[in-house]
Amino acid sequence: MGSVRVLIGTRKGAFVATADGKRQKWNLAGPFFGGWEIYHVKGSPADPNRLYASQTSGWFGQVIQRSSDGGKTWEIPGTGAGLAPMQMPSGSSNKFTYDTSEQTGKPLTTHQWYDGTQHPWEFKRVWHLEPSLTDPETVYAGVEDAALFRSSDGGQSWHELPGLRGHSSGPMWQPGAGGMGLHTIILDPRNPRRIYIAISAAGAFRTDDGGATWKPINKGLYSRYIPNPTAEVGHCVHHIAAHPSRPDVLFMQKHWDVMRSDDAGDNWHEVSGNLPTDFGFVIDVHAHEPETIYVVPIKSDGEHYPPDGKLRVFRSRSGGNEWEELSKGLPENNCFVDVLRDAMAVDRLDDCGIYFGTTGGAVYCSANSGDSWAPIAEHLPAVLSVEVQTLS
Amino acid sequence: MPRVIRVELPAHLRTLAQVDRELTVEVAGEVTQRSVLDALENRYPALRGTIRDHATLQRRPFLRFFACEQDLSLESPDAALPEPVASGREPFLIIGAVAGGQGP
Repeated sequence: MGSVRVLIGTRKGAFVATADGKRQKWNLAGPFFGGWEIYHVKGSPADPNRLYASQTSGWFGQVIQRSSDGGKTWEIPGTGAGLAPMQMPSGSSNKFTYDTSEQTGKPLTTHQWYDGTQHPWEFKRVWHLEPSLTDPETVYAGVEDAALFRSSDGGQSWHELPGLRGHSSGPMWQPGAGGMGLHTIILDPRNPRRIYIAISAAGAFRTDDGGATWKPINKGLYSRYIPNPTAEVGHCVHHIAAHPSRPDVLFMQKHWDVMRSDDAGDNWHEVSGNLPTDFGFVIDVHAHEPETIYVVPIKSDGEHYPPDGKLRVFRSRSGGNEWEELSKGLPENNCFVDVLRDAMAVDRLDDCGIYFGTTGGAVYCSANSGDSWAPIAEHLPAVLSVEVQTLS
Repeated sequence: MPRVIRVELPAHLRTLAQVDRELTVEVAGEVTQRSVLDALENRYPALRGTIRDHATLQRRPFLRFFACEQDLSLESPDAALPEPVASGREPFLIIGAVAGGQGP
């Protein structure tokens, strides 16, 4: 039957929820790293016991945590545990330094600030960790201010892929309301040299050479909040999802608008259709139906809660445009929470499970592709991210 | 002869370093903010980057350094710390500012 492990990052710690394949009775462990903001926790597809977590604080900065036993115990890579005798700990697992070396072309070091002036790149935190599909020791980190880093030693040391930040459009990137974060990393399962990323508010980019060079892929996006609504960069992309069997088909929740691309991001078209509002943050794809996608509409960019105070997921079984409301088991009134961009996930059990978490501290699971929902937990700190591992 | 310096950490850093409220580090040479923090980070590598920025070694903006009822946060990192700290009679306090934190 299999089982699932749900990895929950919150404003005040991480939690790990486990259940058997029925997904009805949950065991919740945590908080881990209590009091710290946990932006993201994700497991390695190559070794499900290997987890990575981004632990961050406005006071104390960035810490990377790693587990080798599925989240029971954690360590800061390179600070003692697992070191060979006589090997000195480095403490560099927390070190994210932008690459401005001559060898990599000295990438530009300013971007656009909120007021339109140029502002230096300043590392603030890791928003998203994306473990390699094949190597548990390799993991990518999307950071604020926007850049992509990679570790190939289990998180002990990090090196920027500077070609992205060095793209000629870099000075035109600007922070969204939550900062200039690189929040989406999609590794193409068919082509190890292709990676998609997305940045708020710069847009989506693709590399086809393993991260050396990057191409903006924002043609077809329309954003009223930038001087040229169809500009090459400057779009506030909130999240992108793809089905592993069709990595050229991308689904995007933009600041406003739900979008779709059938050619690896080269061209996008809107599929918002009959959604009650096309503002939102999350988007995901059913594990076994590549044309079935999910969003959680949010009222507006000024009112970050569901329309009518009613929490609803919307599902399209046609790859967009025609959407159906899914609300069975979800709060039907007086609900004014948000669902943040990394807070939705799907499992890969036969009857696909859908998961999402709210800023009100609830995490919901549907064990039947969204038809009905039940809470895993209801009173956690504000949920920043949800991931799920499908275990055999 | 190295000096034994007492250091007090804020709660979240105590958890991170897996230490009690007060710890001691040995400092050879002059006792300054820099030499104390160097010794602290050398002994507890998990603290690197959490008190001083990794790249600039500047104090993180929401942390303060107090000792002997004085705010030393804006003193030069190479200035000598007060004698009671250097002699181990008083602790060097690393404090999280009352304001701080930032969300997405």
